[in-house]
Amino acid sequence: MFPSPITKPHARFAYHGLLWFALVLWLLPLAAVLLTSVRTAADIAAANYWSWPTETAALENYRSIFVEANLLRYFFNSVLITLPAVFFALLFSSLAGYALAAFNFRANFLVYAMFIAGNFIPFQILMIPVRDFSLQLGLYDTKTGLAIFHVAFQTGFCAFFLRGFIRELPREMFEAARAEGVAEWRIYWHIVLPLILPALAALAVLVFTFIWNDFFWGLILAPDADARPITVGLQALKGTFRAQWHLLSAGSVIAALPPVLLFFMLQKHFISGLTMGATKG
Amino acid sequence: MFDRRSLTPWTPWLFMAPALLLFAGYVVWPIAQSIWLSLHAWDGLGAKTWVGVDNYAEMWEDEQIATAVYNNIWWLVCYLLAPVMGLALALFLNQQVRGIRLAKSLFFFPFVINLVVVGLVFRWFYDPSYGPLNALLGVFDIAPTSFLADEDTATFSVIAAGLWPQTAYCMLIYLAGLAGMDGEVLEAARIDGARGARMLRHVILPQLRPATFIVVVVTVVGALRSFDLIAIMTEGGPYGTSTVLAWEMYEQALFSYRMGYGAAIAVLLFIVMDFYIAWFLWRLARRER
Repeated sequence: MFPSPITKPHARFAYHGLLWFALVLWLLPLAAVLLTSVRTAADIAAANYWSWPTETAALENYRSIFVEANLLRYFFNSVLITLPAVFFALLFSSLAGYALAAFNFRANFLVYAMFIAGNFIPFQILMIPVRDFSLQLGLYDTKTGLAIFHVAFQTGFCAFFLRGFIRELPREMFEAARAEGVAEWRIYWHIVLPLILPALAALAVLVFTFIWNDFFWGLILAPDADARPITVGLQALKGTFRAQWHLLSAGSVIAALPPVLLFFMLQKHFISGLTMGATKG
Repeated sequence: MFDRRSLTPWTPWLFMAPALLLFAGYVVWPIAQSIWLSLHAWDGLGAKTWVGVDNYAEMWEDEQIATAVYNNIWWLVCYLLAPVMGLALALFLNQQVRGIRLAKSLFFFPFVINLVVVGLVFRWFYDPSYGPLNALLGVFDIAPTSFLADEDTATFSVIAAGLWPQTAYCMLIYLAGLAGMDGEVLEAARIDGARGARMLRHVILPQLRPATFIVVVVTVVGALRSFDLIAIMTEGGPYGTSTVLAWEMYEQALFSYRMGYGAAIAVLLFIVMDFYIAWFLWRLARRER
């Protein structure tokens, strides 16, 4: 291990102290938001940031953010956009990833390179045409339209990820099945899919977070109140609740919650997805 | 590899069909359309008029674009602090003590939160009348500053907000890199008397090369994509001084109804990124062999 493990008892004690002190500093903004979200307006005007709230307004704040500001609706919009998009992105990319990993064909590297390059593209180059044909197809300002875009964009990233994973599987397995005359789609369904479940889990958590946290495409493709995801809804509140930081904080907590919960529940998957490739290459 | 007769040449294409169709429709074709559009003047509704390279010529003269490019460079330079700080944090956390796992995931936490929330948190943090930062400065008798409304501080205040989740991400990748390190190499280096900074430079950093590669790639892409935080925190202001290319493009296209000009800005951003993509793919192709 590097740096060398700290072994002396008082050094360990000092390290512990420093560790938690640094952590508190690092998370201070979040703690402040959490605290602010239950404060009253009067408390904020009196500039009580760090003190324990003199009287809490948790219920009122969260109620007004949910009901009056309609955040509950945006929250469900986000759910209805994100979950199907994750499902289809995984389905399509596992199919493509299998083709890229298990077949030799001329354009293989070309397709693979295209999927990778897609991840780097500045969104702006897609913005006008995608918005334009969403308008023409009647997909503008719909949850479906936004979800389809996310599927299209995330599929590239997922296919790249899964191709790597499938290539690591023992090749003899596919070859034996093929020699037996098993149809390709059966190989995919009965052999490949069960084996890549851990990778799919890792990707699902990651892609859920990416899509949930998307702001730009929501703003471009679904800015209207009926379809907008929570990130766009929260940004719109910024204008309505000018300087009402207790309400904005409550909204922020709600918008951040699903990925945060998912992260703490499925930490192993989340991290294994993100760090793939950090140790080799 | 597999040359059984029943494997027709189009089998892989069937598997890739849904992904390829979507990707072609939503990514490849729009790129071509944007490039085409950048040679036109268009308000988004009426007819498109061919203007050749006029949009690009105008961009060359546009001071707002110059500001955007200048700010983008600052974003890039400052964002590269994230890998450095991330590595420092990872080295600090690479210990085995009680509770370290929890500490690591709490340090990583900011990355999971969306940038709209990060932007709002920092907006409040910088707020001149209600914000904690000014309250803190007030303790030292420093007059409150409106960090986001001052041209000298706006861009850097936004970048600082972005560095927070970005550093968390870099830390995580470096932690994985440190964990995956070959223990025998470290032992050998220690026996040879390497320690501290020398060990870091000659033994650890070379072994962390793959992690550094990923971290730098992702950080550069993040810096060039900076849009969300600007939209939330400054909207390019005050007076357009904190704009970047991504924001400028959005504003020109959707607020000034200049789709052609917006497309030209997007193409500029795309070209910059292309060099980067080419370099990445070249490296990857070399590794595949």
